[in-house]
Amino acid sequence: MIRYHLAQLNVGTVRAPIDSPELAEFMAGIEPVNAAADAAPGFVWRLQDGDGPGATALRPRGPDFMVNLSVWESLEALWDFAYRNGPHLDFMRRRREWFHRMTEQHLVLWWVPAGCIPSLEEALARLDLLQREGPSPEAFTFREPHPAPDDEAKESGVTEATGTAQVR
Amino acid sequence: MSEFSVFAVLDDPVRRRLYDYVASQGQGVSRSEAAEAAGIQRTLAAFHLDRLVEAGLLDVAFRRPAGGGGPGAGRPAKLYRRGAAEHQLSVPPRDYRGAAELLAEVVDVTGAEPELHRASRSRGAAAGRAARRQAPHSPDGDLVTGALEAQGYQPYQEGAELRLRNCPFHVLASRYPPLICGMNLALVEGLLEGAAVASLQARMDPRPEECCVAVRDREDSKTNGD
Repeated sequence: MIRYHLAQLNVGTVRAPIDSPELAEFMAGIEPVNAAADAAPGFVWRLQDGDGPGATALRPRGPDFMVNLSVWESLEALWDFAYRNGPHLDFMRRRREWFHRMTEQHLVLWWVPAGCIPSLEEALARLDLLQREGPSPEAFTFREPHPAPDDEAKESGVTEATGTAQVR
Repeated sequence: MSEFSVFAVLDDPVRRRLYDYVASQGQGVSRSEAAEAAGIQRTLAAFHLDRLVEAGLLDVAFRRPAGGGGPGAGRPAKLYRRGAAEHQLSVPPRDYRGAAELLAEVVDVTGAEPELHRASRSRGAAAGRAARRQAPHSPDGDLVTGALEAQGYQPYQEGAELRLRNCPFHVLASRYPPLICGMNLALVEGLLEGAAVASLQARMDPRPEECCVAVRDREDSKTNGD
């Protein structure tokens, strides 16, 4: 049976140029936070451009538009890193200092067959789909998760209260 | 079991003592430990602990004694810990949680976190000032522990750190982590400020099942008479 991994794309529009003092703390925090992600349980892959820290040199939709694309073994693994890792949670807490408020969804999740790495184009298409049509199995959010295709039988394990799937 | 029956189970001083003790522990508690803490016989404790389990207030886990399983490994120990479910009862019916979820959603979509965190800080500062007024000469550590307890955090000492066993905003925190964890951090920071405890600082350090904030000695100033 095919196993599935969870892909996530997170986008943001920075408030100031990335080499400005306003963004200095954010830029300085990227490498340590990425290193923590690489070491986190369930981490599979993340997009890197080879030019700036992480994927900061890739700005597919304008100079202020930053992307973060990664693959995780499960929804729980991603959730635990995003919200239970001190430095990353602190980053999230302070995101308004560095990023404009997004009026549309800025995070999209979808399942990929294990071993497949999504392209940035595909990821942006998933985000467009989510923004256009709302959450679906093809493009969803933490708040309304969909189980992996191989996990559908375990759907009852999705806990509404926490918004995370708990496979018991 | 209705919420009324759940609360009725707690309407007994001995049971309440047992519940409070077990719920305040980080790991599973054995029957004899709980009996000793409540100052009662083991068999009586067993009776009450099982009532608490039936009501879903406590969960049971079995742990094999060290040395692994297999025949002759001994009976697994029965351990009690706080039940995962939350219970709320309001007469007449009120739904502050539903209101809180709506408000959190609005803060999230409007990007009003800085204002929320500021408000939370002031609220913490007021609690800190009140605690300091009540016990002007209390050592910093005791004062902070008491004030955090009053806010529902269940603080406990771990090495040099004060950890918080309970997140008073658990459901909200799991739906809006950056928002609510940031609110917790601001509240604890405000509390330290209001209580004029300059030797301690709060920082984000989430752990499963605990509050995301921990308190420790401030790095840049070595103590002021704690």
